[in-house]
Amino acid sequence: MKIIVCLKQVPDTAATIKVKPDGSGVETEGITYVINPYDEFALEEALRIKERLGEGEVTVITLGPPKAKEALRTALAMGADKGVHLSDPAFEGGDSYATAKALARAIQGLPYDLILCGKQAVDDDAAQVGPAMAELLGLPQACVITKLEIDANRKKAVVHRQIEGASEIMEVSLPAVFTAQKGLNEPRYPSLKGIMGAKKKEIAEHNPSSLGLSPEEVGLAGSKVKILKLSPPPSRATGKILEGEPREQASQLVKLLREEAKII
Amino acid sequence: MTKFQGVDFYGIEGLLGEEERMARNTARAFVEAEVLPIIDKYNREGTFPGHLIPKVGELGFLGANLSGYGLPGVNNVAYGLIMQELERGDSSLRSFASVQGALVMYPILIFGSEAQKEYWLPKLASGEKIGCFGLTEPDYGSDPASMAAKAVRVGDHFVLNGTKMWITNGSIADVAIVWAKLDGQIRGFLVEKGVPGFITSEIQGKFSLRASVTSELSFEDCWIPVENLLPKTEGLKSALMCLNQARYGIAWGAVGAAMACYEAALNYAKERVQFGKPIASFQLVQRKLVHMLTEITKAQLLCLHLGRLKDSGKARHTHISLAKMNNVEKALEIARMARDILGAYGIVDDYPVIRHLCNLESVYTYEGTHDIHTLILGQDITGISAFE
Repeated sequence: MKIIVCLKQVPDTAATIKVKPDGSGVETEGITYVINPYDEFALEEALRIKERLGEGEVTVITLGPPKAKEALRTALAMGADKGVHLSDPAFEGGDSYATAKALARAIQGLPYDLILCGKQAVDDDAAQVGPAMAELLGLPQACVITKLEIDANRKKAVVHRQIEGASEIMEVSLPAVFTAQKGLNEPRYPSLKGIMGAKKKEIAEHNPSSLGLSPEEVGLAGSKVKILKLSPPPSRATGKILEGEPREQASQLVKLLREEAKII
Repeated sequence: MTKFQGVDFYGIEGLLGEEERMARNTARAFVEAEVLPIIDKYNREGTFPGHLIPKVGELGFLGANLSGYGLPGVNNVAYGLIMQELERGDSSLRSFASVQGALVMYPILIFGSEAQKEYWLPKLASGEKIGCFGLTEPDYGSDPASMAAKAVRVGDHFVLNGTKMWITNGSIADVAIVWAKLDGQIRGFLVEKGVPGFITSEIQGKFSLRASVTSELSFEDCWIPVENLLPKTEGLKSALMCLNQARYGIAWGAVGAAMACYEAALNYAKERVQFGKPIASFQLVQRKLVHMLTEITKAQLLCLHLGRLKDSGKARHTHISLAKMNNVEKALEIARMARDILGAYGIVDDYPVIRHLCNLESVYTYEGTHDIHTLILGQDITGISAFE
């Protein structure tokens, strides 16, 4: 079974994010980058499927600047077999659509039975690339999955999806695109042997022309959504601590909610 | 508690290669997830978290910088960073890994026969077998050349007699690398658990390295087959070569313990309010925090350059002595300052500081005491030995 996993390199969830003074983006200086945690679930699932079936190939693909190669290398160290890196200045600044389009085009050139993504990237939280890519590739999709069972012979998958207050169980024919939710599995750490072995694994490079796309179709130029400005959330004002007996505090609270907060 | 982001005032991250960062990240993630949540329980109980061994083996942390026989063969900087992260967890865990990798696997790789290497190295790397290293004796610590342990050849066996003391992993080891005099020359021998005449007893009452096993090994007419001699060992020098490997890891490990103490003290100082403001706003506290950060930064740079020297084959044993001596001394100083900043909270194990402080008292002494490393360096720069 050939599995493709889409990855995004994002700032470490523990990193302190500062918006640039002009609001055009975030300060990247001094930030450590990691594989998007939801993409790690997708990768772990792919590796487990391959291990369970005892055969197969896991290809990891990312669109991102040169430093995003480290995310691919980490994925190769965890056990993926091959990497594909869409790296070119023309790809920069793209929205979910432009990114999905470039990824879909790269994936069209590869053999696959299954495509896994994270349910969303923790930097922009758009949750669009997976579904958009499935549409562009004309594949069925199931998003926010917490369990995946593959029947390789019947080319079917049974997936469990989180829905409001319940889980939905669906059978999907393969190939298909699934996006991973927390709870799908517990990702492994790259072992030292994996890290050393990853150095010998191949990472293919692509730019727009090698994908048969014009520079106008990718990145900022090919985007349907443009970011006008980023601004940090307003800092919270200091809270108020009410004093006195519970009865007194309650009446003060009601008064404040009514007169100051104006919510009751 | 927020995820540890490392202490990196000088942008040292940028001096690391991809493989080095990845190895460090794996060790850091492992320690955050599997060591920090449980270590205080083991430290309190005075027991070793043995369940971590298979995992540590699987990740490749045992003998990580050794090559061949299926070993990972990462460079010395990556290896050092792993030791740093393990010791940010606890010195006991780093000690376990140091002994297994630098004091057991290394001598088997360097001084062992082909059969010894093929049998032991994969099992020790995976953690299936545990090793210990017996050099120090009850009466001979800094002066190992005077050791009393003796081996005598009788037919196709050696008969071993002697006692080894302060042996990390001693009572849980499947194999001991024991140093003893054969015809007046110090040689290394592999002694397997359960051989008649070989007894181990765990040392009780430790206030330091409580999550590590420390034992006394005694050999009373212990017969071991001739093929258990490490054939290429030649005198005390061979044992000291092993210690050099371990001391290198200790120099890095001390940085990890210091980082843990600094991080705890910095966070505490920013949150603890006295006289209506955080204690981090007081000049005396700031001075301590700045001193801690300065010494950590210096120690990091020392380690990194030492690692680069080691990787290019240019590290001398005196370079390693300087780093072990300095970094452990500074880590201990940092732990004491952190304890001071935490006030009374500094003496309880709600914070990692007192555990690291107590551990570092051992690290200061083992693998060449602070004073002995000073004298090794004194001899190196003056040409005059103060202890021989």
